Amino acid sequence: MKEEVGQSSHWLDRPGSVKKLIRVLAILCLLVVAGDLVYEKHGHYSWENFPGSYAILGFSSCVAFVLGATLLRRILKRGEDYYD
Amino acid sequence: MIEGAPPGLILILGAVLVPLLRGRVRQAYMLVLPVLGFVQVAMLPVGFVYSVQMFNYELTLVRVDELSKVFAYVFYIASFLSVVFALHVKDTVQLVSGLIYAGAAVAALFVGDLISLFVFWELTAVASLFQIWARRTERSYRAGLRYLIIQVGSGVLLLAGTILHVADTGSLQFGVLGVVSTGTTLIFLAFGVKAGFPLLNGWLQDAYPEATVTGTVFLSAFTTKLAIYALARSFPGTEILVPIGALMAVLPILYAIVEDDFRRVLAYSLNNQLGFMVVGIGIGTEMSLNGTVAHAFICTIYTGLLFMCTGAVLYRTGTIKGSELGGLYKSMPLTATFCIIGAASISAFPLFCGFISKSLILASVAESHHTLTFLVLLCASAGVFLHSGIKVPYFTFFGHDSGIRCKEAPLNMLVAMGCAAFLCIAFGVAPDLLYSLLPYPVDFEPYTTSHVVNQLQLLLFAAAAFVFLQKTGLYPAELKSVNIDVDWLYRKALPTLVRGFGDRMIRVKVGIQTKVLEGVGFAVRYIEGHHAPTGVLGDPWSIGATALWAAVLLIAYLLMAHR
Repeated sequence: MKEEVGQSSHWLDRPGSVKKLIRVLAILCLLVVAGDLVYEKHGHYSWENFPGSYAILGFSSCVAFVLGATLLRRILKRGEDYYD
Repeated sequence: MIEGAPPGLILILGAVLVPLLRGRVRQAYMLVLPVLGFVQVAMLPVGFVYSVQMFNYELTLVRVDELSKVFAYVFYIASFLSVVFALHVKDTVQLVSGLIYAGAAVAALFVGDLISLFVFWELTAVASLFQIWARRTERSYRAGLRYLIIQVGSGVLLLAGTILHVADTGSLQFGVLGVVSTGTTLIFLAFGVKAGFPLLNGWLQDAYPEATVTGTVFLSAFTTKLAIYALARSFPGTEILVPIGALMAVLPILYAIVEDDFRRVLAYSLNNQLGFMVVGIGIGTEMSLNGTVAHAFICTIYTGLLFMCTGAVLYRTGTIKGSELGGLYKSMPLTATFCIIGAASISAFPLFCGFISKSLILASVAESHHTLTFLVLLCASAGVFLHSGIKVPYFTFFGHDSGIRCKEAPLNMLVAMGCAAFLCIAFGVAPDLLYSLLPYPVDFEPYTTSHVVNQLQLLLFAAAAFVFLQKTGLYPAELKSVNIDVDWLYRKALPTLVRGFGDRMIRVKVGIQTKVLEGVGFAVRYIEGHHAPTGVLGDPWSIGATALWAAVLLIAYLLMAHR
C-alpha cells in the first residue's frame, strides 16, 4: 500500500499539474499561430495564407468529428452482447 | 535456380521446422528467418525475372522492381518485430501460421502473374486465420469464420476476374490493369475488400481485435498493405479511388471516437490511414504514388507499434477496453512512452515518421487540384490525432485511474516496441532513409517552415479541441457498447432475413401440408359416401336380385347373338 502512495505522488498526480499542462498547450497554440505572422506563406491555395487557417481547421474539424460521432452513437449504439 | 526461389519462401518453408525446435534454439531460428529474407531481397537485382512454364501458361514467380522491393523490406521488418514481440509465445500453431502468413505476403509482392498472385493471396487468407483462432474462444472462433469467408471471397473475386481478364486479353500479367472490363472490375473489388474500401471493410474492425495479443500485430502488417501494393501496381491513376480513399479516411474516425475496445479503435485508424494511401493511388502521379508507398511503409511500423502497446496492456491487465483502463503509466511507463511515440507517428507530428510520408501525399493532392479531397484529408489528419494520438494513450495510461496495478510488459515485447519506436523516430528525423527506397525519384522537402507550422497548428488545435470537449463534457464517455457497422449486414440483418424467410417457408410448407391432407380427407369421405356399406354403391344386393339381373343380362345377350 505504501508503495502505491509513493507511486501516486508522481508529478502528473499532483494537483495543478494538469492545469499547468493545459497552460503549456495554450502557450504552444499561441506560438504556432504567431508563427504564421513571422514568415511569408506561399500556400497552394489562397486560404492557406490566412494566418491561423490550419488552427481553425484543426479545432473545428475535431469538434465536428466528436459531435458527429456522438450523434452517430445515438443511432448505432447497442448492448455489449448485441451479437452474442 | 536458388536465386529464382521466390522471396518469402524462406519464411514459408522455414516455418515447417519450427515445431521440431524448442526453447532458445527455436527463438533464435525464428529471428534469423526474417533477417535472411531481408538479405535475400536486398541482394535481388531490379529487373530480375524468373518464370516457369506450367500447362500453357507462363507463371512469373519472381519479378523484381522498386515497388516490390520497398514493400518487401517493410514486410521483413514487420515480420522480425512481430517475431520478437511473440518470442514468449509457446503456441506452435500461432508461430508457424504467422511465419507462413508473412512469407506468403512477401511472395505475393514478387509474383508477376495473376494466377500466382491468387495462390499467395489465398495463402495469406488461410494462414492469417490462425492468428484469430489461436485465441481459442467461441467469440474468436466465430469472428475467424467470418474473416475467412470474406478473405477467401476476395480470392474468389480475384480468380473470377482473372479468368474473365484472360478470356478478354489473353494476358495473365499482373501489371497495370485499370478498371476497363468486368474482369478487371472484379480484380479491383478483390483488392478493395482487403484494402478496406467503404462497405467492404466490415471484416477489418470485426476480426483484428479478436485475434491473440501477438496475432493482431502480425495481422496489422500484411493483408491490408498487400492490397495497397496490388492497387498501386494495377490501378494507379484510377480516378474513382480518390473519393473512395477520402471516405475511408473520414468514416472510420467517427467510429473510432466512440469505440471502447482500443484494438478496435486502432483497426479503425488503420482503415483511416489506408484511405490516405488509396487517395495517393487514385491521383496516380509519381509523387502521389511515392507518397502511398512511403505511407504504407511507415504505417506498417507505427500501426504495428500501437498494436504492440495495446497488446502488451491486454497481456498484462486482461482487458483493452477504455472504460476499464486508466492510470497505467505508473505500472507500465515504458509501454506508455512507446505508445506515445506511436501516437505521435500516426498523428504525423514533425520529427516522427508519419509526417514525412503523409505530407508527401497531401502535397501531391494539392498539386493535382483535388481541393475537396485535400480539405477532407486535412480534417482526417486532425481526427486521427484525436482518437489514436490522444484517446488511446490518454485513456489507457492517464485519465481516470482504474486502480489496475500490473507489471511492465515482458522484455521481448519491450524490445520489439523499442525497435519500432526507434524506427518511427529515425525515419522521421532522416526522411531520406526512406525516400531513397521509393519507386520514383523524390524531389520533396518535408521540413519546410510552412509544412511544419501548418501541421503543428492542425495538431495542437486538435489537442486544444480535445481539452475543450473534455472540460465541457461534450467528449463522449467510454461506454461498454457495440456500435453497429457494416458487419451488421451479415451478422444480424442477413441471418434475420434468412431466418424470417425460413420461418415463412415453414409456414408455407405447413399450409400446403394441411391443404393436401384436407383434400385427401375430402376425397376419402366422398368415396366413403358412395362406397361404404351405407352408400349407394356399397349397398350389398340380395341373391335374388342378383340372379334376376344376371338372367336379364343373359337374355339380352342371347337376343343380340341370335339376331
